[in-house]
Amino acid sequence: MHTTDNISVKNIWSILSAVCDPEVPVLSVIDLGIIRDVKIIPANGEEGIEVVITPTYSGCPAMDVIRMNIRMELLQHGYKNVQITTVLSPAWTTDWMTDSGKQKLKDFGIAPPNPKQQVCNTQLFAEDEAVQCPHCQSYNTRRISEFGSTACKALFQCNDCQEPFDYFKCH
Amino acid sequence: MTKDATYNYLLHLADNALILAQRNSEWCGHGPVLEQDIAITNISLDLIGQSRSLYQYAAELINEGTGAATEDTLAYLRDTRDFKNCLLVEQPNGDWAQTILRQFFFSTYQFFLYQRLQQSGDAHLAAIAEKSLKEVTYHVRWSSEWVIRLGDGTEESRNRLLNALDELWMFTGELFVPSAYESEAFKAGIGVDVSALKANWEQRVNEVFEEATISIVSTSAWMQSGGKEGAHTEHLGFILAEMQYMQRVYPGCEW
Repeated sequence: MHTTDNISVKNIWSILSAVCDPEVPVLSVIDLGIIRDVKIIPANGEEGIEVVITPTYSGCPAMDVIRMNIRMELLQHGYKNVQITTVLSPAWTTDWMTDSGKQKLKDFGIAPPNPKQQVCNTQLFAEDEAVQCPHCQSYNTRRISEFGSTACKALFQCNDCQEPFDYFKCH
Repeated sequence: MTKDATYNYLLHLADNALILAQRNSEWCGHGPVLEQDIAITNISLDLIGQSRSLYQYAAELINEGTGAATEDTLAYLRDTRDFKNCLLVEQPNGDWAQTILRQFFFSTYQFFLYQRLQQSGDAHLAAIAEKSLKEVTYHVRWSSEWVIRLGDGTEESRNRLLNALDELWMFTGELFVPSAYESEAFKAGIGVDVSALKANWEQRVNEVFEEATISIVSTSAWMQSGGKEGAHTEHLGFILAEMQYMQRVYPGCEW
């Protein structure tokens, strides 16, 4: 068990890097950019931990599981007093995803999100983003559907190698 | 501003999202092609998420720490007269064209609404709007593209879209006529003046309709109203019967 004087915020961050997104298991919650803050707070006369998270999408069903997994992981490391707070603003953006997270996605066969400035507007038939095929690296790809297997992904296909693939869409 | 008005305003926003989500979810497993089945149910998921944030906030407000109201009691244990959604979102799915047009009308409205609601004097409500707006942006783009595809498609798809327009147009007027609680919320700096959204909405609809080679029925057509005050079309009762059945028969059941 941890006593009051040895909770270190840095240590908590490193423990959290082992908590993964249940739907995209190669990404940790830190890679995703959904951990906004870690604080030491008073709890029942001892020191507790507050983890501040933000949801990816409002209806993302993985968020409840992620909340539970954070609690379990910290408990396993002996941290009992854990409070998980959800904040909505500023709204999560794929720009917060780490570079190593993007690389992991690509290695997993999911095209990582493009920088946000390129899309996210209501323009009709807006020129499709140049999304790189995670298999053959070609940019000659096309969007099949704006919505994919989870809220955060769109469905693409490569015109060169013909492989369909998920694209973690910019948000 | 009275607490009742804020509460009603939150319920109105939440009910709009939840009822349309429930309607769209009826397509699950029945979409015209797999990709679009997934798209429409993804939109449902976004809307359910938005309604959850709003119901949670409404419950917090009305509870004063008693814990009696929750997001679930608000969604599952209120009756038709208590629901404050606009009539548009409860209209039947009809064919794909009717579902698409309903989504397009509503998403376009929601887009301009949330855009302004981001400046709400209520920080929590502003945060919900900021979060939701990103999702709605995708809904607007997706539904606009489908309206164009159907209107400027085959004779069959065009006729279906025109029939949908005849069915749904009369339910669009209500969106821009504020109820008492919307007016109060606007005056208190918390809500949006929906009458001011009409020009933007019509402009956007006209742009998309032009691409789709169809046109607005008539801006002076007679409009249905009453949903915001709990006077609904006959459809809402059936929606709630299906949606609330489990909680009514097995109170508090979970899985």
